[in-house]
Amino acid sequence: MPQQSEVHVRLEGVTKTFPSAKRGAPAQEVLRGVDLEIRKGEIFGIIGQSGAGKSTLVRLINGLEKVTSGTLTVGQHTVSGLRESELREVRRDIGMIFQQFNLFRSRTVAGNVAYPLKVAGVPKAERDAKVARLLDFVGLLARAHDHPEQLSGGQQQRVGIARALATDPSLLLADEATSALDPETTQDVLNLLRQVNRELGITIVIITHEMDVIRSIADRVAVIDGGLVIESGSAYDIFNDPKTPEAQRFVGITLRDRPSAETLKRLRANHPGRLVTVRVQDRPGFQTTLSSAFLKRDVGAEIVFGGISELQERPVGSLTFVLNGNDTAIDAALSALREDDFAVEEV
Amino acid sequence: MSEYNWQVFQTAIGQTFFIVSISVVVGGLLGLALGLVLYATRPGNLMANRPVFILLNILVNIVRPIPFVIFLVAIQPLMLASIGTTIGTNAVTFALSLSAAFAVSRIVEQNLVTVNPGVIEAARASGARPISILLTVLVPEALGPLILGYTFIFVAIVDMSAQAGLFGGGGIGDFAITYGSQRYDWPVVYISVAVMIAIVQAGQFLGNYLARKALRR
Repeated sequence: MPQQSEVHVRLEGVTKTFPSAKRGAPAQEVLRGVDLEIRKGEIFGIIGQSGAGKSTLVRLINGLEKVTSGTLTVGQHTVSGLRESELREVRRDIGMIFQQFNLFRSRTVAGNVAYPLKVAGVPKAERDAKVARLLDFVGLLARAHDHPEQLSGGQQQRVGIARALATDPSLLLADEATSALDPETTQDVLNLLRQVNRELGITIVIITHEMDVIRSIADRVAVIDGGLVIESGSAYDIFNDPKTPEAQRFVGITLRDRPSAETLKRLRANHPGRLVTVRVQDRPGFQTTLSSAFLKRDVGAEIVFGGISELQERPVGSLTFVLNGNDTAIDAALSALREDDFAVEEV
Repeated sequence: MSEYNWQVFQTAIGQTFFIVSISVVVGGLLGLALGLVLYATRPGNLMANRPVFILLNILVNIVRPIPFVIFLVAIQPLMLASIGTTIGTNAVTFALSLSAAFAVSRIVEQNLVTVNPGVIEAARASGARPISILLTVLVPEALGPLILGYTFIFVAIVDMSAQAGLFGGGGIGDFAITYGSQRYDWPVVYISVAVMIAIVQAGQFLGNYLARKALRR
């Protein structure tokens, strides 16, 4: 949960167009007017398919790519208006980690972490102490003198995180930071990121195409598609009630709580009756209210599909019922539930 | 070989070492600088500058195909202006350094291109200046292949140094021709060749060793 609501990163009508690779070909419009507010101290997830423009978006924040039009501010700095030399100062306050870790092969683990400190002109004694502290924080102090290729992927990303934190940034950008890792290592790295957020109070912007990542650590989410933010809100709201088809697709992949078209066909064949999907809600007596609505009217209701899981300590998911009984009774039960703010959908 | 020949031979070896070592160092450094500028100014790169890149690129492409013997003649006005002579060991060394620089520049540029763009991005994200990224990230990251490239250039320089005699530059090649083949004194030719081979072998061995160390293999 965000501790404060002070805005850390703000995007207003941000567009990014890359000039065409070939002469005569149309320019590539990657972002087409993005508005976003990322608050201080939160973990903000940006999800989208590959090619949606999310990697470009995160590179605009630290000025690795230049905004074509619109305004982008980070803290006090209007990044979109800065020259390269001014950007270098701002970047010391913004750490970044990458999908392929991007560690320097020519340097040891300690050398990698020391690099941003060298760039910032920190004296050697102070640098060494800082590197030791950071490596201890990510649990790799014992590997300080190894080279990156001697470490596993998860360990390399930990080094990447230590390097990104070297200059005590207030903002950390994570570009598909776990996409090259196996599920178990992904959780380790996400836990470390959460620790970075909670213990050091660093704002994290995490770009991903995996809804599981968002589900694990994001406080708030923006769904990006075709160069636009099509939906944004708290992670719970997006999971609980995705509005756009794109968001529904991402949520469905992760929760697997709604029957696919194929499953639905099978369900219909096996279960005579009407199929309805009810969204799980965080309210007292949810299931009791639900089942009594059917019982009262002599409607047989059997769960045939669904799932409930937890997000930010609240239940999310949906249940699919097959209903048997008098059609008018079923209609009455459904409208009674809808009146009581149940999200019921006949499928 | 006669006592006198030995003395001349020793001088020749000294001249070859002089020509080769100065050319490797001066040509190597000039070439490194030129290669870095070529790499950095290429459109889309760290210090993208189209006019500079195009100019240097064309310059390198013009100089590189010129055979060394012709190059020696062609730059005589430049030699005269900068070192005051067009013949002798110094003149040959001057020309060879310059010629090597252009060859080295391509080797440097080619090897920097192979460095993972991700590490450049990581360095930029750390707030590093382009010039510092070039020298403290790109060169160390490409060090292994760079050493092998320089080793290749070293061998080419030894090869080219054999033509020094044409302009009074001396050296082993000159000795082999003047005291060997022109006098039908074949042992002199073969001993000269053997020394050249030994120099090349030693250089290649050292280069391979250093490159392996840099690559940690």
